[in-house]
Amino acid sequence: MPKTIKLSKGLNIRLKGEAEKSLRETSVGQYAIKPTDYLGVFPRLLVKEGDSVKAGTPVFYDKYRENIVFTSPVSGTITEIKRGDKRVLLEIRIESDGKFTSEQFDTLDPASATREQVTDKLLKSGLWSLIRQRPYGTIADPANSPKAIFVSAFDTAPLAPDYDFIVKGQGEAFQAGINALSKLTNGKVNLNILSQTKAPEFLNCRNAEITTFNGPHPAGNVGIQIHHINPINKGEIVWFAGVQDVITIGRLFLTGIYDSRIMVALAGDMLKSTGYYNMRRNACIRPLIEINTLGDNIRVISGNVLTGTKVEPNNFLGYYNSLVTVIREGNYHEFLGWALPGINKLSFSRSYLTWITPEKKYSADTNVHGGERALVMTGQYEKVFPMDIYPMQLIKAALAENIELMENLGIYEVEPEDFALCEFIDTSKTELQAIIRNGLELVRKEMS
Amino acid sequence: MKALRKYLDKVKPQFEKGGKFEKLHSTFDAFETFLFVPNTTTHSGSHIRDAIDLKRTMSVVIIAMLPALLFGIWNTGYQHFLSLGQNPGFGAIIGYGLLKVIPIVVVSYAAGLGVEFIFAQVRGHEVNEGYLVSGMLIPLVMPIDIPLWMVAVASIFAVIIGKEAFGGTGMNVFNPALLARAFIFFAYPAKITGDTIWTGGLTKGEGVVDGFSGATPLGKAAAGAIDNLPSLHDLFFGLIPGSIGETSKLAILLGAAILIITGIGSWRIIVAGFAGGILMTLIFNAFAANQYMTLSPVTQLMMGSFMFGMVFMATDPVTAAQTNRGKWIYGFLAGFFAIMIRVFNPAYPEGTMLAILLMNAFAPLIDHYVIEANIKKRLKRAAAVVKS
Repeated sequence: MPKTIKLSKGLNIRLKGEAEKSLRETSVGQYAIKPTDYLGVFPRLLVKEGDSVKAGTPVFYDKYRENIVFTSPVSGTITEIKRGDKRVLLEIRIESDGKFTSEQFDTLDPASATREQVTDKLLKSGLWSLIRQRPYGTIADPANSPKAIFVSAFDTAPLAPDYDFIVKGQGEAFQAGINALSKLTNGKVNLNILSQTKAPEFLNCRNAEITTFNGPHPAGNVGIQIHHINPINKGEIVWFAGVQDVITIGRLFLTGIYDSRIMVALAGDMLKSTGYYNMRRNACIRPLIEINTLGDNIRVISGNVLTGTKVEPNNFLGYYNSLVTVIREGNYHEFLGWALPGINKLSFSRSYLTWITPEKKYSADTNVHGGERALVMTGQYEKVFPMDIYPMQLIKAALAENIELMENLGIYEVEPEDFALCEFIDTSKTELQAIIRNGLELVRKEMS
Repeated sequence: MKALRKYLDKVKPQFEKGGKFEKLHSTFDAFETFLFVPNTTTHSGSHIRDAIDLKRTMSVVIIAMLPALLFGIWNTGYQHFLSLGQNPGFGAIIGYGLLKVIPIVVVSYAAGLGVEFIFAQVRGHEVNEGYLVSGMLIPLVMPIDIPLWMVAVASIFAVIIGKEAFGGTGMNVFNPALLARAFIFFAYPAKITGDTIWTGGLTKGEGVVDGFSGATPLGKAAAGAIDNLPSLHDLFFGLIPGSIGETSKLAILLGAAILIITGIGSWRIIVAGFAGGILMTLIFNAFAANQYMTLSPVTQLMMGSFMFGMVFMATDPVTAAQTNRGKWIYGFLAGFFAIMIRVFNPAYPEGTMLAILLMNAFAPLIDHYVIEANIKKRLKRAAAVVKS
């Protein structure tokens, strides 16, 4: 009987433009690996422009952890190596040859493999980068032993993809992935599912401890789930991966190749048509966006509206993203906007009318709705932060760069994404996620 | 509106750096953002933001104070004509009330906002909305016959010492509106005491009907005239002398409802404050060492500025405790001490102002211990893991 955890704090932001549950094909020729997707990695190139690569060919490695390599998602040619200020590596662009051939990594049944064998195969294929750790959110270190591994099988963020739809038919690969992950820890693999899920791929999963969750966003955040099942204390490490990451790992063990196919949801109310697309990691998103938007004043986000990254329409999908959201830019003035009843305004506050119609969907834009102020209102963050941590005090400790206080208040348990809702509802428009990221980086550098 | 927006866009460069009116930038910005929500878009973190902002939050608080203000205006006229033994029509009552109250409100806003605008310009940041609420609270806690120059001085003191000296909105330790009141109480004690200041015109010695005393219920209680207190009906509806906004408990409760329903005011502080006051009164009832102590909790809470203080002053989020658990303790002690000071101390007929200011000073300490408990819990959890 799986354990059920009911969360009451949080907020489901209902936006228009949910991805239609229809699978579409699209042809993508351009791919780019973005070293900026990986926190704490100092990339060292292994290829140059003009080189031929296959899926699984190492393209760059991490300077301080040389066994962690990053590999190409497709076969083709390296077309451009793009750098930014101070020669920071921004993109390694690959043109696909359409054949999708892969390096050979040999099949292996994870159920009968040793930890070393599993680790070795993941490192060689570059798929080790799919496994991240808490605290800090960096790529896991193979030298560590995590106390548990977590997989969140659902996403509660606005317009997030439906993982029941994504995992359909992928049960064998998903199970193989879970089996592989279970070898990497002495503890359990925790699979956290939504109470309403009907996917047999999740419900019948073996080698994993299944916990059922029920509640509004951020119940789908892996950090919140870790906190309620097996909270992280100072010095402890937990690893996590997403559903499609587990599937990709499973395919590696079952077929011996790097199969970079994923399903990407395209959502947002500035699109003519939404849907789920069969794509590959690091793909260019231009085929999804061009001739599909309802105007030019748009913001394209790789990821969801709370935690995603702004990208240009001809840019590339983030390595860890399965969602592209397109919404309107909010660069307009509104006369006495703060004083009007605001029937169509999206707000957590009861001074607007949003709370009266909880099922209504809203059109969101990027307007900040006010200037940045000092922290005035109290007791707000706690309403959307379902952890036994004091969010405002943790933010202040991070601002003060007080490492000991941050540790005492639970910095090891949080990631910026857990503060995204607090940032959304904040009356003072404080940049909470950036503050927490700075705090985490400060602690990470101090502890290393 | 398009024309207004076009005009603002046209003159805006003159207020930016290098423009003719560079020194008035903060003032221009304050008026521009009052008329139009800024067109800034998100550039870090969450791409979408809640429609709430501090302006709307402060607007809700002002709306919550309107019932008290409107009744106060009426009551000012009512008490004045009562003292003269006259019975004019509604129009005359409101007219007199407006004539006395509006100047106080105007002076409070003008003096306070003037200081805020200067500080914002000198410091180079936007004018903060904090004073929108304090500027309305200050008149509501003033006695009606207060000289306007005193209101101005008190407002300036409240903004400079009560807020800007600490770093502006969000950084202050003490409630600025209460500081204004405390300032007047301690700096001009002769002018503020006595019974004449609470009824319009009485200080000037205008003709008073026999038998009319301008004493507030608290004044009477402090003088020992317990038998002479107004009826519960008068206390509840506010047909008594007192500060402009404190008399009508009905209006205050309406305001409390607005604050709690919109979630802007902390219900924990309000409920805890009432609970603390009730408990202290019950303790006094048990001892009954003098007649004052025998007053029932209902009467005690409805006298003076207790309810106004608990609903509008104690709930100021910046100066109250910031943790939810802390708010219970803070509110309870504020109510508790308010009644204690009032009954015990002959020098302070009203204890609410002092009790809240005292708890403002203790709020960080209360929060500290609440946080410490959380930290200890986390460390204990980590230690348990190490052991096992």
